Amino acid sequence: MGRWIIISCVAFALGGCSGGIFDARGPVGAADAKILLDAVGIMLVIVVPTIVGTIFFAWWFRASNARAHYRPDFVYSGRIEIIVWAIPLLVILFLGGVIWIGSHMLDPFQPISSPNKPIRVQVVSLDWKWLFIYPDQGIASVNEIVAPVGTPVHFFLTSASVMNAFFVPQLGSMIATMNGMVTQLYLQADQPGDYLGESAQFSGDGFAGMHFTLRAVPQAGFVQWIATAQQTGPELDKAAYETLQEQSQGVRPSTYRAVAPNLFDAIVKRQIPPSAASQVAATGPGARPVGGH
Amino acid sequence: MRLLGKLTWAAIPWNQPIPLIAGAAVIVVILMVLAWVIVRGHLPYLWREWITSVDHKRIGVMYTLLGLAMLLRGFIDAIMMRSQQALAFRAPGYLPPEHFDQVFSAHGTIMIFFAAMPLMIGLMNFAVPLQLGVRDVAFPTLNSTSFWLTATGALLVNISLVIGEFARTGWLPYPPLSETTYLPGVGVDYYIWSLQISGVGTLLTGINFVTTILKIRAPGMSYLRMPMFCWTALAANLLIIAAFPVLTATLAMLALDRYLGFHFFTNSGGGNMMMFINLIWAWGHPEVYILVLPAFGIFSEVISTFSGKPLFGYRSMVAATLFICLVSFMVWLHHFFTMGAGGDVNAVFGIATSIIAVGTGVKIYNWMFTMYGGRIRYATPMLWAVGFMVTFIIGGMTGVLLAVPPADFQLHNSLFLVAHFHNVIIGGVLFGAFAGITYWFPKAFGFKLHEGWGKAAFWFAIVGFYVTFVPLYVAGILGMTRRLQHYDVAEWRPWVLAAGVGIIVLFVSMVCQIIQLVVSIRHRDALRDETGDPWNGRSLEWATASPPPAFNFAVLPNVQGGEPYWHVKQHAVAAGQLAAEPDYQPIEMPRNSPTGFITAFFTTITGFSLIWHIWWMVGLGIAAAYGVFVWFAWRDIAEYEIPVEEVARLDRERRRARQEWLDAHAREIA
Repeated sequence: MGRWIIISCVAFALGGCSGGIFDARGPVGAADAKILLDAVGIMLVIVVPTIVGTIFFAWWFRASNARAHYRPDFVYSGRIEIIVWAIPLLVILFLGGVIWIGSHMLDPFQPISSPNKPIRVQVVSLDWKWLFIYPDQGIASVNEIVAPVGTPVHFFLTSASVMNAFFVPQLGSMIATMNGMVTQLYLQADQPGDYLGESAQFSGDGFAGMHFTLRAVPQAGFVQWIATAQQTGPELDKAAYETLQEQSQGVRPSTYRAVAPNLFDAIVKRQIPPSAASQVAATGPGARPVGGH
Repeated sequence: MRLLGKLTWAAIPWNQPIPLIAGAAVIVVILMVLAWVIVRGHLPYLWREWITSVDHKRIGVMYTLLGLAMLLRGFIDAIMMRSQQALAFRAPGYLPPEHFDQVFSAHGTIMIFFAAMPLMIGLMNFAVPLQLGVRDVAFPTLNSTSFWLTATGALLVNISLVIGEFARTGWLPYPPLSETTYLPGVGVDYYIWSLQISGVGTLLTGINFVTTILKIRAPGMSYLRMPMFCWTALAANLLIIAAFPVLTATLAMLALDRYLGFHFFTNSGGGNMMMFINLIWAWGHPEVYILVLPAFGIFSEVISTFSGKPLFGYRSMVAATLFICLVSFMVWLHHFFTMGAGGDVNAVFGIATSIIAVGTGVKIYNWMFTMYGGRIRYATPMLWAVGFMVTFIIGGMTGVLLAVPPADFQLHNSLFLVAHFHNVIIGGVLFGAFAGITYWFPKAFGFKLHEGWGKAAFWFAIVGFYVTFVPLYVAGILGMTRRLQHYDVAEWRPWVLAAGVGIIVLFVSMVCQIIQLVVSIRHRDALRDETGDPWNGRSLEWATASPPPAFNFAVLPNVQGGEPYWHVKQHAVAAGQLAAEPDYQPIEMPRNSPTGFITAFFTTITGFSLIWHIWWMVGLGIAAAYGVFVWFAWRDIAEYEIPVEEVARLDRERRRARQEWLDAHAREIA
């Protein structure tokens, strides 16, 4: 029965849920979703009978049912107690195995095995946009990542201000971005397309607009995009970065033709101090005045 | 230095019609109620019988009323959030971000701290001493102080609606966003001080109830004869004692950061925000069980009473309760699997989390087998209980799912998560509160709540719940994160709109609840219960009159086994008459005291002036609040005596009603 439920879940998910986590377009997302559905299937094996049993007992033993046996002294049964402790315990033991294997196999820091060398991308969450630095290509982009299809992307992530979480639902796991710290994540897109990326950790007034696009393109398209980016746009030096770091909302995607060396390290090590603008200042003309400023 | 610190006229949001009108309406309603109370001359009565009362039953009722009022306030926030998201598809909606952020922060804070907590603590206050067969809690004046400190916290949160602003951080103020660098306004300070003050009240409640349950029980009421609600109350209060100091310390550190330039959680100066997240969840996860364990206890009482059977597997239930109590402290890391702790750590906490489901699973099965072989009467409390069981199984399943790290990597902070915790908090805690309120209402006031409106409220609530939150589960699967003021993904839209329809159904349920209360009060004579035992109950609270006299029991019951009242009742039914009249004695009861109210008054002033940096008033408020306690400690007379004639008169009245019931029903039962 569990299998049928899983199948119907998948059918429902694929039929009604295009663009979600079950519409995975990469190995990490597919593995996450598989473990998720496995776990649901394992649990449904006992959840469904339990719900049915609850409703049946509640209905059958209603006071008005003359056919139901009234057994007011049936208050303990060692056999039932063993079963009611054993069933959840066994399910959890089984699920515990799934958890143990899953959280090691899909740890975000875990590389994806691939014949292709991973592309390195450094991610900085800013108020309220995303900066992506391609250290090996010497370019940077804002609110847009372009990645070759079928090649793992190795993300190094930090925040230049408050906490955020980097999340591309169709590609897989999210990971937090935190100031002064670097987290890592491997993702890979197996099909070309534009994938929605968002922040999954509330970060202030501009949070709702803090999304980006991950464009997965064929290798040739990627090379061409890099080449174009290397020739257009401004340079991301310290001054340009400090301007970019200021609070802004709804920032359109753009690219920088060059990046100051070790900019990411300077941000992580706080050689460039983290953004310090108060959110009150950035809320614009509609902002609510607060006493004391 | 300015006399009023940061407080100026600009603190009032003149240019924001929504909070201004809402605030003005609330103030007008409060003034009208006050005026009515004063004009009708009810003020002395209220002061004497309620505000200064140290009676656990009165305090329980006041806690519950506070919880219901705040539930209404939090629900209005919920309506605003759902309607904003329904409108804000590729549009700004009607709430700008700086306002929307306050709404969801206030919604969470109010619902957890000032609706769910007071409801659960209120029901514990009302029922636990009665079930234990005693006259009051261990520290009655402290109990009153706890309540008024909680009310102070609720008041401060609501003041933020019209003076200044509330936090714009979410219900847990994660740094560094909550530091002055990013949010220098008073919002986070309102959050900190309202929770610090009500947190002290909650901690005192925990100490009070653990002491009461461990030390003050009727003769013969051994631990394994206590009703299940007393066990879950004990477990919840042990958790309060262990967890709330962590909250206090964490918020104190955040306050030091904000007020004195410390660097516990800042980006600069060696601070680490991860430590805040660790600490806040070390409190936050046990908090979930502080809320839901008492609800489990209520359901145990309700299911057993209305099935006409003792609770199935009582000892197993006690073990499961203590198991949950213990393990709930070992799982907090599952709230931040996505912070990158690594495979080993995530796996250990994921497994620990799913192990809790063993305890809750055992409880579900034991409730099932309590119903098995029962003769189930579907009064409103039992409907809430069955609705809870089905809903909570689903909520538990999605909870275990989120404990699987790879699943959490995709569902964390999404609307799936939002749907999950509403599934367990509405389906568990809130359904439990409603079951408990309908169940014990006739005990508190001497008449039942209207069944028809109660059942209508239940059906609208359960349908409304599923229509609201199943779409949010789906939206989460589609990748929609929480706390979005606006969005432009077309696939999310239908689900957000469906949730908007759901909340309308929930609104209808709430209206039914209000009508139920009004109708019941108006028809109280028809709904009156003379016997004190309207549900054919089994534990000691049904042994006394409804409402119980101040001293609860004329003579403390002598407990001979589990379900003491059920056995006394069976004997009486078999004999056709009550046991012989006991030997009445005069009873000493604690005197009422305004200590709690006055302390809370000065604490409100302290909290308000801390928020607005009015330092001279902070000093004054603390000194005065402390002074009140010293003055209380110096009192000469702590108790008053109820004369033996009064005790006998009240108990004979109860016995007459019982005998009448016996005469009328003994034949049909036999």
